[in-house]
Amino acid sequence: MPLFAQITNMLAALFLLVGFAMLAQRRIVHLINLYALQGGILALSIVTVGYGTHQESLYLSAALNGLLKVIIIPAILYRLVRRLGLVWDRENLLRVPTLLLAGLVLNIFAFNAALPIAHLAGTINHDTFGIALASVLLSLLMMIVRTTALTQVLGFLSLENGIIFAATSVTYGMPMMIELGIALDVIVGVFILGVFFFHIRDEFDSLDLQRFDRHEE
Amino acid sequence: MIAQVGHDPLDLTLAACAIWLVLAAASLALSRRPRALRALFVGGSAGSFLFLTAGLRALFAPASHMTLPFGLPQLAFHLHLDPLAAVFVVLFGFTSVAISLFAAGYLRHEPTAHVARMAGQYHLLLAAIGLVLLADDAYVFLVAWETMAWSSYLLIISDDHMVQARRAGLLYLVTEHMGAIALMLAFGILQSATHAGLAGYAFPVMRATTLTPEMASTVFALGLFGFGAKAGFLPLHAWLPEAHPVAPSPVSALLSGVLLKLGIYGLLLVTLELLHAPLWWWGIVMLVLGLTTALFGAIYSAAQNDMKRLLSYSSIENIGLILAGIGLTVLFEAYHMASLAALALMATLYHTLNHAVFKSLLFLGTGSILHATAERNLGRLGGLIHRMPWVAALLLIGSFAAAGVPPFNGFVSEWLLLQSFLGATSFPQPYLNMAVPLGAAAVVLVAGLAAYVMVKFYGISFLGQPREPALKAAEDAGPHERTGLLLLAAGCLFLGLFPAWTVDLFRPAVAQLIGPAAAQDTLAGNVFSCRLHAATQADYRPLVVLGALALVSATLVFLLRRLAPAPLRRTDAWNGGHEARTARMQDTAEGFGQPIRHVFASFFRMQIERPAAAETTPVYASRIEDPLWYAIYLPIVRSVSRLSEWVALLRRRRIAIYLLYAFATLVILLVLTP
Amino acid sequence: MTDRALALQFLQSVLVLAGAPLLAGWVEQCRAWLGNRRGAGPLQPYRVLRKLWRKELVVAHGASWVFRGAPYVLVAAMIIAGSIVPLLAPILPLAPAADAIALVGVFALARMVSALAAMDIGTAFGSMGARREMLIGFLAEPALLMVLFTPALISHSTSLAAIVRQLAATHLLLYPSMAFAASAYVMVLLAENARLPVDNPDTHLELTMIHGALHLEYTGRHLALIEWAAAIKLVTYMAIGIALFLPWGMSATGSLSGIAFATGLLAMKMTAAGAALAFIETLLAKLRLFRVPEFLGTAFMVAVLGILVHFLLGT
Repeated sequence: MPLFAQITNMLAALFLLVGFAMLAQRRIVHLINLYALQGGILALSIVTVGYGTHQESLYLSAALNGLLKVIIIPAILYRLVRRLGLVWDRENLLRVPTLLLAGLVLNIFAFNAALPIAHLAGTINHDTFGIALASVLLSLLMMIVRTTALTQVLGFLSLENGIIFAATSVTYGMPMMIELGIALDVIVGVFILGVFFFHIRDEFDSLDLQRFDRHEE
Repeated sequence: MIAQVGHDPLDLTLAACAIWLVLAAASLALSRRPRALRALFVGGSAGSFLFLTAGLRALFAPASHMTLPFGLPQLAFHLHLDPLAAVFVVLFGFTSVAISLFAAGYLRHEPTAHVARMAGQYHLLLAAIGLVLLADDAYVFLVAWETMAWSSYLLIISDDHMVQARRAGLLYLVTEHMGAIALMLAFGILQSATHAGLAGYAFPVMRATTLTPEMASTVFALGLFGFGAKAGFLPLHAWLPEAHPVAPSPVSALLSGVLLKLGIYGLLLVTLELLHAPLWWWGIVMLVLGLTTALFGAIYSAAQNDMKRLLSYSSIENIGLILAGIGLTVLFEAYHMASLAALALMATLYHTLNHAVFKSLLFLGTGSILHATAERNLGRLGGLIHRMPWVAALLLIGSFAAAGVPPFNGFVSEWLLLQSFLGATSFPQPYLNMAVPLGAAAVVLVAGLAAYVMVKFYGISFLGQPREPALKAAEDAGPHERTGLLLLAAGCLFLGLFPAWTVDLFRPAVAQLIGPAAAQDTLAGNVFSCRLHAATQADYRPLVVLGALALVSATLVFLLRRLAPAPLRRTDAWNGGHEARTARMQDTAEGFGQPIRHVFASFFRMQIERPAAAETTPVYASRIEDPLWYAIYLPIVRSVSRLSEWVALLRRRRIAIYLLYAFATLVILLVLTP
Repeated sequence: MTDRALALQFLQSVLVLAGAPLLAGWVEQCRAWLGNRRGAGPLQPYRVLRKLWRKELVVAHGASWVFRGAPYVLVAAMIIAGSIVPLLAPILPLAPAADAIALVGVFALARMVSALAAMDIGTAFGSMGARREMLIGFLAEPALLMVLFTPALISHSTSLAAIVRQLAATHLLLYPSMAFAASAYVMVLLAENARLPVDNPDTHLELTMIHGALHLEYTGRHLALIEWAAAIKLVTYMAIGIALFLPWGMSATGSLSGIAFATGLLAMKMTAAGAALAFIETLLAKLRLFRVPEFLGTAFMVAVLGILVHFLLGT
């Protein structure tokens, strides 16, 4: 196996590992750090793919991803956390071991579901598709079980990471325009959500989503 | 017909059964002579020894068959002794030698009438067990099976002034009968598929026919239920923790060590011998059921306070592991991975034998404790190592064996089981490849919990300070009991230290069920080692481990005596500087189980009574109940009683109504007749 | 079995025995530096051992042979474990005595012996320590086994020597699954060796102790043996980690130059690993006892993930 493919596989594995760590982590600041780490791994893996397939455009994509996900969005989120005074997430809807076990089952499912799809793709390195799919599912799981708005947003952001990862690992890069579009969407999304958080808090005195449910009743 | 193939080992086993029957009859004649009654048990032990030697010889002889000159019309009774049965003959023979010897000493304090009754029932039970193993047709098998159920029921309720004992016995009997009905149906289906009339009840005829997958699966399901009721798979386990504590200890040992194993024997007989072409999903069902049972048993046994209940839950755990081993065997066999199937079967049989030996040892040990202290609650024991050095030393071996640590025997089978899980990675289905190795994690979790349970059992009963003043008068076991315990402990050590020899005992049975080639090349080794063949190079040498342990410790003792000869001084315990220290400050059994209750809280149905802050006489109590009892058993009871209420509606007190029923039935039948 | 292999076995056993306190001292020294203290130097454990050696042996009333025998069995078990893991070359004659699974079993034996010894005198602290130790044991063992399964699956063997040969022979083949196994292994190592965040090795408060509470009643040479066994256990765990995750540089045949090179490299690896351990411990705070299942559960899941990734990615 060529070295670059090995490194991609390794990065894919680390990507998934961080996804798992996010599922288990309760502290919001650490969650943001993990998100930044995941972004960094994503950028590195794009660089590796770019190097391996000689697509210079991917370097630009990597730089963009790195800038956005390692520096800008985490910085915004840190500011939000500080301004909103959040440290801990409330308890999850499920206990952490149960949650991780569910994540594990999702993984087995995703890996097996990806096998036939990945073989259709026919690129050099289709193994990582299963990992990308698993990360997307893990992020969705995280969004489901978390109880505060900010952690759900982090789940959403990590989901987006997973999609970009799937794109680069399976098809070796999307057209630049799409990628730029997604990046723009994400950053605008984060800004809007930031504004929303303040409104939500002013309205309900909390970012706890379980309270919203109670207000509806 | 008799002299067809019939040869020595089978004759010997029959002789042993005859001895037991004679002893059972003799107990009626000797019902007023306690010494003679106890001598009967020594005689029973001799019978067991005969049985054991026959089994050992039968292992390496070709299977022998015998047709008795009597039986049903058109169905003479068939007996056989093949390698699979021989493995269980050896298991039963060895454990019952020790149990009978123990019983001879144990019963010396019991009232004579009681001993007489027990002697009769006990030897009848032994003969029935022997006949179950020798049966070669469904009829003999079921007759022996039912005799076994009845005689063991009578033994369980032998303390019949205890309400608990009667209730436990009833639960046992009902479960057994449900199981027996399932077995009758299973054998019935097998027989009808042979199209050979009554002769189709003979096992060789059943073996020669092939069933459709649907029929085979039905037989499998019925067999799993029927034998599961005997072995105690979830959710048919409920009788175990009720019946074991109330039965006299030798009987508990026999129940746990041998009777549960007959369920395993039956399951192996049906799934791998009579149905000989298993489907893969049977394996999955048994694997999942087995691991769930094992985990359930382990968690619950860690939460028990009664030492015999704790051990009986631990039996459930071990039975679960054995079932998981059978599941793995069937899974491999269904995918034609013969050498792995052979490995998994070796692990299964090994664990079956191990469990029989160490669990009998532990149950007999609780008998000695019970005699010395009249106390089953762990929270009222403690410090017995000083008063009962023999029992303490021998039970330490049993505890290590049950915890599955090297170089004791529990570890060997665990090692084999884990190795077979590790091989489970080349199935044609990717889901199986990813999911089955996770079973190994469950096995290790169960083993870790077993170690927890054994530390609790041994540490609380034998170590520490005596929790009650009466314990200071406890007496060690007598010579008969000691011999029984010693035999079983020696068995634990032998099985732990000489795995290669033990594996050779199972090789013929594996050849019978899986195939001779696979049996030959699965495991190798000499006195020192146990080595997996071909695929993996793993190696385990318990003698070297034990030798190194002993050598290094001895060297250290010697060197330290020389180099650091500081004197030894006895004083009060340091206890972190706290002066007050009474026996009541030690962990009770409840306290020791607290982490388990906390970590696995969602598994229990738990009631905790906590004292209020200002209470002057605070009481803390926690009660743990089996959620399956509420989820499964009680609904069944309720629906049965509802059903019987409906039936009661049909009963009017006037005789004319009944005559009307009879009349209507007659008319309907006449109408239906073509 | 050659003379060279025997000599190597002897060398390794002695190295593990004699070097264990040095590693423990080095970790303590690094922790001191990271905590802005001067520290007592990496040789401090030797001084402690010598002091304990000379002290009078005080044994509580009511202690049975279980209590007095346990320290010897503990040290013996640890020495066996330390003699089996390939450190310098995978040709040890003792190695076939136990494969990776049996090694876990030997640790379980040691754990059980120390828990039983702690309960022997019958103090509240002793049985509390025993139950906590057994709790961590049954939580950590599945995780450890799953960690060991990944390399066992890669090399088709549970024998540590075979695993090392397979992993060290292939030049620069990255195994993604091993990244998972390694992170899970670090968590298990912390828990099994009574380090932060599971147990605080520096605490003086009995109620928060695990390892400390187990051995509260030991004095004199018994205590020295127990401290020593703990140090050997740490070295052995480090050695397993190095053998599984950083096996490069080990001598395949046991030639003299190869051994010399491997020894030098091992010293560097151990130094780095010790510093890394101290660093990790400095970053972490002690977990509440009932957060420990969560911690080890995470380790378990990560190790299982490694196995799954192994199935997905093949290599």
